[in-house]
Amino acid sequence: MELICPAGTPAAYREAVQAGADAIYCGFRDETNARNFPGLNFTRDEMKAAIAFGRSRGVDTYVALNTFMRAGAEDIWYRAADDAAAAGATALILADMALMDYVATKHPDQRLHVSVQASASNAVAVNFLVESFGAKRLVLPRVLTVAEIAALARKVSCELEVFAFGGLCVMAEGRCSLSSYVTGKSPNMQGVCSPASHVRYREDGGDMVSELGGFTINRFGKNEPAGYPTLCKGRFHIADSDAYAFEDPVSLDVMDHLDALRAAGVKALKIEGRQRGKAYVAEVVSSLRRALSASPQARPAHVAQLRKLSEGQQTTSGAYEKKWR
Amino acid sequence: MKLDRTGEDLLNQKRPMDIPRPLVFAVNTTPLPIVQKIVDAVFRRALRQHPNLFDRLGSYAEKRFGFSPTGLDLAFEIHPATPSISVYRKRQAPDTDAAVTGPLVMLLALLEGRIDGDAMFFSRSLSVTGDMEAMLALRNALDDCGFDLPKDLAGLAGPFAVPFQELANRVRSRALEGLA
Repeated sequence: MELICPAGTPAAYREAVQAGADAIYCGFRDETNARNFPGLNFTRDEMKAAIAFGRSRGVDTYVALNTFMRAGAEDIWYRAADDAAAAGATALILADMALMDYVATKHPDQRLHVSVQASASNAVAVNFLVESFGAKRLVLPRVLTVAEIAALARKVSCELEVFAFGGLCVMAEGRCSLSSYVTGKSPNMQGVCSPASHVRYREDGGDMVSELGGFTINRFGKNEPAGYPTLCKGRFHIADSDAYAFEDPVSLDVMDHLDALRAAGVKALKIEGRQRGKAYVAEVVSSLRRALSASPQARPAHVAQLRKLSEGQQTTSGAYEKKWR
Repeated sequence: MKLDRTGEDLLNQKRPMDIPRPLVFAVNTTPLPIVQKIVDAVFRRALRQHPNLFDRLGSYAEKRFGFSPTGLDLAFEIHPATPSISVYRKRQAPDTDAAVTGPLVMLLALLEGRIDGDAMFFSRSLSVTGDMEAMLALRNALDDCGFDLPKDLAGLAGPFAVPFQELANRVRSRALEGLA
């Protein structure tokens, strides 16, 4: 299986190449991708240079243009698609069907991947995108079990890519409005979930309180591992207890299911984390590269240490094995 | 970047290397104007070595960033737009738009992009306050610029540049082990 790695900066891109990535996904420095964070991402020139660097070492580059086009401002996305194709991107990762149509029409030879943001999770939806726009690969939402992925793989006519490690989005991706509800900005339109502009941390009697858009999202006791202030992983006062309503601060790790995913027909494993630093990219990519070539018995040793880098310093296999069902 | 650490090493919780007490004493008692002069020289040299350092900041270059190393009676304020760095004793440090507090070794490792800032935040080893958008922009700018402190600062040691760099590399290796 291919190892698809994140890069938020040219430095992280180089680290991913050196650590053993098969392909790297990255985005332009604007609202056309779902990690539109300050100081992150690539200028046009940086993208061209990164793609050339990757190609010289046999590493593919997938350019994420996976937000939904703003009405009246479609040119921003069209130009980004034109520029990514001209720069030599191996594939474009798209969520908006109108942008898929543009790419399929204007750049018919350009390989097209369907972003997780498209939230395509059944065979009818996937095959529609394949037949309509020539999509070659689908990045699956993180809401399916391994058995459901295997069943889907038998019914679709494109490659499947699944998230294997990193941030865990537990919502219907591309359709989640929690961030919009609190901040007015979302990953779907502006490319930011829980934008830093609306995040505040403060100390309160030894506790660390995280806030998003003026709402308290969590309160961490002294030395308690912390997480991002996203609504879906907030701790709320419910009835008589303080509890996580949707999900704990936790990251995804499905390396225990590697063989099952391979048997299911999954073509590529994706590491989440374009917003993370190059040290994270280097360590996670090299660890997963070693794990991929290790025996099932030896695999946990390669991955265990990554828990320390994870949100809340804990990992889960999430929906891939729905224990709560 | 080579990270030659075994899983077992990483699972053993370690703490950042302590700054040697004589050094802490020296820093805390050296007159501030002298500390300012040394820090200025280091800052100017870093900017010469990495002239594009603040490019990724965009409008956030106008913000004032505070750095407060625990264990030292010093606080630093950086204003990228000027660009300038100011040193204060902690009780006299001004409010900044965004600030980060943590062990000095950790702050230096972050400066070089050798550790992941989010992971340090999750483990509660660092605390960040103020304008998170500005702080995120600075973190990303630093992460991409490729600081290598022993190499970048060796020139300040004049004829002792080579032994300085070798010693600094050894100190850094030991310090990073403590952060693993």
